[in-house]
Amino acid sequence: MTAAIEVDEVSKRFGATVALDAVSFTVDVGTVLALLGPNGAGKTTLVRVLTTLLVPDSGHARVGGFDVQKDARTIRSMIGLAGQYATVDELLTGRENLELVGLLYHLDKELYRTRAQEALERMSLASAGDQQVKTYSGGMRRRLDLAASLIGQPPVLLLDEPTTGLDPRTRNDLWGFIEELVAEGTTVLLTTQYMEEAEHLANSIVVLDSGRVVAKGTADELKDRLGGNVLEVRVNKRADLDRAASLIANFGNGPSRTNPDLNQVLLPIRDGASVLIAAGRALQDHGVALDDLGIRRPSLDDVFLAITGHTTDTHAVEAGNTEISR
Amino acid sequence: MTNVTIKNLRSASAPLTPKLALRDAEGIAKRNLLRILRTPRQVFGSIIQPCLILLVFRYMVGGAIHIPGVDYVNYLVPAIFLEAVLMGGANTSLALAQDLQMGMIERFRSLPMARSAVLIGRTFADACRNVLALMFVIALGILVGFRFHNSLGACLAGIALIILFGYAFSWFYATIGLAVKDPQTAQTFSLLPMFILFFPSSALVPIPTMPGWLQPFAAHQPVTVTIDALRALFDGGPVFNNLWQAISWCVGIFLVFLVVSLNLYRKATA
Repeated sequence: MTAAIEVDEVSKRFGATVALDAVSFTVDVGTVLALLGPNGAGKTTLVRVLTTLLVPDSGHARVGGFDVQKDARTIRSMIGLAGQYATVDELLTGRENLELVGLLYHLDKELYRTRAQEALERMSLASAGDQQVKTYSGGMRRRLDLAASLIGQPPVLLLDEPTTGLDPRTRNDLWGFIEELVAEGTTVLLTTQYMEEAEHLANSIVVLDSGRVVAKGTADELKDRLGGNVLEVRVNKRADLDRAASLIANFGNGPSRTNPDLNQVLLPIRDGASVLIAAGRALQDHGVALDDLGIRRPSLDDVFLAITGHTTDTHAVEAGNTEISR
Repeated sequence: MTNVTIKNLRSASAPLTPKLALRDAEGIAKRNLLRILRTPRQVFGSIIQPCLILLVFRYMVGGAIHIPGVDYVNYLVPAIFLEAVLMGGANTSLALAQDLQMGMIERFRSLPMARSAVLIGRTFADACRNVLALMFVIALGILVGFRFHNSLGACLAGIALIILFGYAFSWFYATIGLAVKDPQTAQTFSLLPMFILFFPSSALVPIPTMPGWLQPFAAHQPVTVTIDALRALFDGGPVFNNLWQAISWCVGIFLVFLVVSLNLYRKATA
């Protein structure tokens, strides 16, 4: 397989802030790569480098073998960009937006008209196509935004947080569209704060934190880094929480974390059932009353926490708080 | 997949010809014109101020101003025509700042279109809006007693000079919009030409009535020479001296701000 996107030691600073710190990865043709990380991790900066909107301080990035700095215009004709920062014109109709983008991709008039109609139908916007975008719902706007990025039939799509702020149903619709495009051979790089999204759509995942790549691999590979499973203990009384954590600490192969709101202790473990039984016995012998005890496969949240020492903090982000809690 | 890639690479290798660049600018201009037509209050909003100044100076202040050898209304109204396009330029900086804030500029910059097209399409659409606004202000001027006394050719040349002036200044306003990036700040900054160029000019009162330190600036700045050229073109009288100065100012302003704004656009981010 050949690489559709190559990122090689790309760094970018804004004043004293290091937005990207020697980031490297490749995306194979026809696959989906998810850039996963909290707000401020450098995801959007990287997308802006790949879409030729931002010149990196050092390193190289190539799309389809072309250098983002030397062959910027060639790359612009090969990529589609959609997401939180690219946008559509509120005062134009959906169709006018798409036809304008088609014209600016330098397609013939007949071709961009046909493609605009096809894109409207595909994104279930045919009936709203001749209404001004200001009458559209949030989900319709995102679909139109995605439709606009498809007008040039680009072999490479860059989606910057394509579903942030959407309700679950609209998000599922959008995932469906993205999966269809991938089935047709499009290469996709998407950024997301949602573990679930990365797991659902991506062949491989690059975890970014404060501008650095802290992990990469498939979702399963990342989970295997934790060495197997997670032991989940829920104590009956909050007062027992710390005692429970120290009682089971020896069974784990990494530090445990407690979640006081849920009276919960989470511990990465290598084995399965034998640890479960031993831990249960230890807790019982010391008189810790339990609500729940179990093992599960680690989620990407567990992985992110284990790698970076903090969570992706999507709740704080949704509440408009961009600080990363430790 | 391979087919898609090959097809795209071929179209990509097609160089950006002047013809394609012009087509891009046309597409952007059409988009901007649609936006203007769908927000008519924008056009009317920008003519309210010139109309009010016209009425105030024609009926309230003008009685106290005596210009030898000319009716005050014929002295005042050409200045109001120019003010209409000067203030109309504020829409250029506002619209560009809005496009930056909305992310439209990001989208345009990620497309294989000509870089110059966004600004050329913007200034062209705003020139069209200026023509429309000017028609309303001319109608009001005639209603309050202004008359064209010169030949048709000279009067049309005067109107062409107003449009040229507005076009040149729209590049100045484009620069402001790209530099300040924020729509509200852009609107505030767009008032500056009113106070720096329009009031200290021959627009409302003759320059000899101003303090001596202000007169050299007031006599040679672009608004004064353009208004004096307009009065000569509409009313008759010697025109050459003011006309070539006015045209030189327009060309100079156009060229300087063309270069500055294209450079700003290249680096523009919200």
